Amino acid sequence: MTRTQRMLIATTATLPLLLTGCEIGPKSSKQMGYRGTAMAQINNPSLVKAQVPIPANAYETPNASGPRAREQYQNVPVLGDISADQFNHLMANINNWVVPAQGLPVSEQGCNYCHNPNNMASDEKYTKIVARRMIQMTQAINANYKSHVQQTGVTCWTCHRGNAVPAYKWAAAAAGRPRGMAQSDTGQNRPVQSTAYASLPYDSFSAYLKDGGVNNIRVGNPQIYPAMDHNVSTKDAEKTYGLMMHMSQGLGVNCTYCHNSNNFASWKYSTTQRVSAWHGLRMVATSNAEYITPLTGVIPAVNSAVGPDQYRKGPQGDPYKINCATCHQGLAKPMNGVSMRADHPTLWLTPAGTGLPAAPARAAPAAVVPVAMLQRQGG
Amino acid sequence: MARYQNIFTQVQLRGAPEYGPALPAGDFPRDGTPGFSYWMGKFGNAQIGPIYLGRLGVASILCFFLAFEITGLNMLASVNWDPIQFVRQLFWLALEPPGPEWGFTLFVPLAEGGWWQIAAFFLTASVLLWWARIYTRARALGMGTHVAWAFASAIFLFLSIGFIRPLLMGSWAESVPFGIFPHLDWTAAFSIRYGNLFYNPFHALSIAFLYGSVLLFAMHGATILAVGRYGGEREIEQITDRGTAAERAALFWRWTMGWNATMESIHRWAWWFAVLTTLTGGIGILLTGTVVDNWYLWAQQQGYAPSYPSTGVIDPALAPPAVAAPVAAAPAMPAVPATPTGGAQ
Repeated sequence: MTRTQRMLIATTATLPLLLTGCEIGPKSSKQMGYRGTAMAQINNPSLVKAQVPIPANAYETPNASGPRAREQYQNVPVLGDISADQFNHLMANINNWVVPAQGLPVSEQGCNYCHNPNNMASDEKYTKIVARRMIQMTQAINANYKSHVQQTGVTCWTCHRGNAVPAYKWAAAAAGRPRGMAQSDTGQNRPVQSTAYASLPYDSFSAYLKDGGVNNIRVGNPQIYPAMDHNVSTKDAEKTYGLMMHMSQGLGVNCTYCHNSNNFASWKYSTTQRVSAWHGLRMVATSNAEYITPLTGVIPAVNSAVGPDQYRKGPQGDPYKINCATCHQGLAKPMNGVSMRADHPTLWLTPAGTGLPAAPARAAPAAVVPVAMLQRQGG
Repeated sequence: MARYQNIFTQVQLRGAPEYGPALPAGDFPRDGTPGFSYWMGKFGNAQIGPIYLGRLGVASILCFFLAFEITGLNMLASVNWDPIQFVRQLFWLALEPPGPEWGFTLFVPLAEGGWWQIAAFFLTASVLLWWARIYTRARALGMGTHVAWAFASAIFLFLSIGFIRPLLMGSWAESVPFGIFPHLDWTAAFSIRYGNLFYNPFHALSIAFLYGSVLLFAMHGATILAVGRYGGEREIEQITDRGTAAERAALFWRWTMGWNATMESIHRWAWWFAVLTTLTGGIGILLTGTVVDNWYLWAQQQGYAPSYPSTGVIDPALAPPAVAAPVAAAPAMPAVPATPTGGAQ
């Protein structure tokens, strides 16, 4: 065998290694838009995340008749208007949805996770205060964000899936260590999951899914020529791109699930899913701002009652918050679109805040004010 | 001669090392004792060295070293000086230009992008010094300066992206980070920001010349190898003294596509295609964000991007309230009683 032949054989043998980055196996593809525009969803069944089966109803759903919960129990400001039977039914199901089935000390098992068993009405456990707020949040999402959750809606299970803290969540990224004279932390260029391991800015959640996060993401100019009312930096595009990577990964979809890649910014060539996502971003940002962030003082950094590693807050001391993956968990429709509404109608009631002072009017979302490129600041 | 019909170099010349003509007085000497490498001979000339560095070469290498070190040490600092993490995360790490808040400030604090400015300065200096070195060496050998001008075209694209366009936009943030994945992600974000660079006609020309360069390279390389058995590798001689190799190569292309370049003009084709790749690319970059802000919409206006039927989707931010459902105010958070309330259970 000549040297050339040996080299050819070695080359041929190593070439298949180049295929290791490919996803082997059958896939299905579905056309999502006009022909010839690459609007297609490619589905690889072997990559679809396995979902925990939805727990069976704790027992047959009672009707709304009978005495009200507030007549039977004390200190039920949120669910006081539903019947006591409905109230108990919801509590039993929350046990299945939220409280871990295993690994808890006796003092924290079942109802005890939130309640003092000797005084169920007591608010002494922080988990009860959080649970009450989360019930309000669930009802608010089902009532106010039909634009995103449609008639399917959400329950505690949609996020929790049997975990006290949902598996998919976010908190503000840890501040970088001081680096002396070197380049300060740029908030990007790290292999982290939140950007699906791109080098894009990894704390897009703080920018878009928090208090001020209801701003419109408008990096592409809807006008042909440069205009002073659209001073958006390429760096802003990177930030939104980081968020889009999360959405793509969280939903298990391509860019073309929502966008036509010929012009990402264009709405008239986008799919209706993009409108749903637009409402979803607002739903998440509002829920974080109005329901989770206000619990910052209530939630401890670590729930030491349930074990040593039960973190409840991120490295910056903010509570774990919602992003797209919290509900979606790798699927375009959470739980493949199954609605739990029939069994749990109480979570679809108008959120109540019985006997509480009126909520302050919600401030209108701030207008988009991208950092002007042509204006020098501070220097 | 039969040994020429192959795709690997199989002939290596050995003899006394070639030293080249004497250098003028006052020049740096050429460095290194020439030797022969069998394996380098597989890819090109087996003789290694001597190398001429000269003042320009030394200055260029020094500037490149500074740029390389500034970039690398900042990357190392970003992983807390951990060499293992440096290697593991190397493809993600970057030295970023100043943020948009700095505009085109000349001296940004080191930690806020100043290091990038210094690294970019030395990298640019290094490239320009290397260009001057190539120019003067070509002159010293009595050659034309074609290589230098082709290199200048590449430098024009490099400077367009990294300096001229940021200058026109008034923002260093428009420039490229120094990093492997980061500069790729920047490229994608840049295209998305400016409405898809695919529809920038100069980007299109650049791609056409790039692919064209590849095609010409393949056609020319293959043609010469194919007539190597007739001495076809003596291309320059055959420009004026057309031998059987040149005749056969020309006939081959006239038979297959009706026309042929000549032994001389094929090199002009290749040179212009390569030069125009980066020249048109640089023009496309300079027009982006300065003259045109959304290339897809521009291309539609010019009638060269097709208009597809609308999906009927409208921007929900502009939609009437009936579509963008009004959101009720959140209920207040229930007050937490100061003392536990007595329970009924």
